[in-house]
Amino acid sequence: MSAAGDRPIIEAGPEGGFALGPLDGLLNLARKHSLWYLLFGTACCAIELMQTGGPRADADRFGFLFRPTPRQADVLILAGTITYRMASRIRRLHEQMAEPRYVIAMGSCANTGGLFQGSYSVVKGGDLIVPVDVYIPGCPPRPEALLEGLMLLQQKVEREPYLRKIRGELPLPADPWPAGKECKE
Amino acid sequence: MESLVQHLSARWSLGPWGQELLAAAAILLVAALVFVVALTYAGIITWVERRVAGRTQSRVGPNRVGPFGFLQWLADGAKMILKEDVIPAQADGPMFRLAPYACMLGVFTAFVSVPFGQLLIAADLNVGILFLLAITSLVVVGVLMAGWASNNKWSLLGGVRSAAQIVSYELPAGLAVLVVVLGAGSLSMQDIVRAQGGAPWNWFVFRDPFCLVAFFLYFTAAVAEGNRTPFDLPEAESELVAGYNTEYSGIRFGGFFLGEFANIYLLSAIATSLFLGGWQVPGVSPAEQAGSVWLQLLGFAIFFAKAWALVFVVVWLRWTLPRLRVDQLMGLCYRYLIPLAFACLLGTSLLLLAVVPGSALDLGLRLGTTGLGALGGALFAWRVAHHIRRAGDRVSLDVLQRGARGAFDPAWQTRRYGAFRKAARGQEER
Repeated sequence: MSAAGDRPIIEAGPEGGFALGPLDGLLNLARKHSLWYLLFGTACCAIELMQTGGPRADADRFGFLFRPTPRQADVLILAGTITYRMASRIRRLHEQMAEPRYVIAMGSCANTGGLFQGSYSVVKGGDLIVPVDVYIPGCPPRPEALLEGLMLLQQKVEREPYLRKIRGELPLPADPWPAGKECKE
Repeated sequence: MESLVQHLSARWSLGPWGQELLAAAAILLVAALVFVVALTYAGIITWVERRVAGRTQSRVGPNRVGPFGFLQWLADGAKMILKEDVIPAQADGPMFRLAPYACMLGVFTAFVSVPFGQLLIAADLNVGILFLLAITSLVVVGVLMAGWASNNKWSLLGGVRSAAQIVSYELPAGLAVLVVVLGAGSLSMQDIVRAQGGAPWNWFVFRDPFCLVAFFLYFTAAVAEGNRTPFDLPEAESELVAGYNTEYSGIRFGGFFLGEFANIYLLSAIATSLFLGGWQVPGVSPAEQAGSVWLQLLGFAIFFAKAWALVFVVVWLRWTLPRLRVDQLMGLCYRYLIPLAFACLLGTSLLLLAVVPGSALDLGLRLGTTGLGALGGALFAWRVAHHIRRAGDRVSLDVLQRGARGAFDPAWQTRRYGAFRKAARGQEER
């Protein structure tokens, strides 16, 4: 709500003035309390991701619910080491998610390649394949850290000018594994 | 409602056209009202489900939006409307778009002939229960459409499983309903409620032992028809990503979701009116109830309480029981439920011939069955209390910090749960 108060009620858009500030705030209030994450993990961070839904951390308190299919998820949590083989799959999962979608890079591997940075087969950070909103350090981050990351994402969602955002303007990073160059399985 | 329309048209001196328009407006208003009530119930059940799930799993559940997280369903609904509506390039567009409506139509139309109170029913059809059984079958069409149109193997498998399951479980549900219809002698929902009484021994569930079995048959079959755990094979996320709604996003998925949750209330409401006396107030005849607004409201409150208690049982079952296998599911239906339902039908028919209604034998049978039911309930409550006493109500989460010398102690973890509770009280000697 405070985010809505910061902005002027009447704002000039491309076609003239319109009043969207408070409505934006209300919609964002609903959106931020209903961020559903995708049940997806590539390595050991996924164990901590599962724990975050468990009794001790209980992400459901904030409205973070898991969804098994990317179509219904809002948040893609990159939990674990991303190999080049997996990179195209992650890219596809991200493309399958419905807008507005967000990405959290969880743990050192998803941030920078982490421990396996020198490896020939590991992507040096999730932001090379999908646009990342929140980075969480740790190897692996504890459930509390992931929860804080999710709450930071909530703050970001709350401040978004949702109704005035031009969808699809966020440029995707270059495809590290372009079609046609995929290795045979 | 018709009398109201006639009164208003006479007062405003409307012509035949105006009268028709007024009637149409009134029908639309009632339909919108029923739809809104059903939607609200569906939304609230999602919140109940998540809170009960939290309690069952030693968690808290949603508690940030509104008091006790009560407005969580509004936040989820608003978000789903704002989400992008993805229609896969390879999907069959029109069918894909239409499928959620078929699902919602099947469930929400059924609310029309649910008797929420003596006068609170949108349309008391003379084939009410038949209409309910028929219209809820429309859900199968929606589910199959969704599965086929998505052009996705998981969706198709989920849709086919769901269709097989709903069609199979309609047989025991229908036969169990037939047991009640035999007793009431009518298919109208209001007549069925009127044939019962306010006191438990006048309910159909306790009329004779066969009816008691028929109630459990109907409840099991209805839970299976609603695709709820332990029968939620169509959505088994460990096998089929999310079943028939894998490809659905945004509010189209919300349509399936709301339909499923409204169906929980629907099956509870039908079970309440068929077996548990509906809106009947104990010690008050329907004629007396019709004369007083307060008794009407009391009847509505009684119906509300019974239906929501059943909703709670459905949610409770979901978070307690594991999922069945496909062959087990079909075996349960065709090898156990259907023969049992036929036996109940036969037994009730014979009893109807043998026992004169209102005789001492009839009353004895009713009281005996009520006693049987009460005994079963007491036994269940006693076992639950026993397990809570033995294992504790909640699992202690501080198990790692409570070692013997303040250190991690694996032996501590392998104890039965009751020990944690004793330790929390400081009674454990170690």
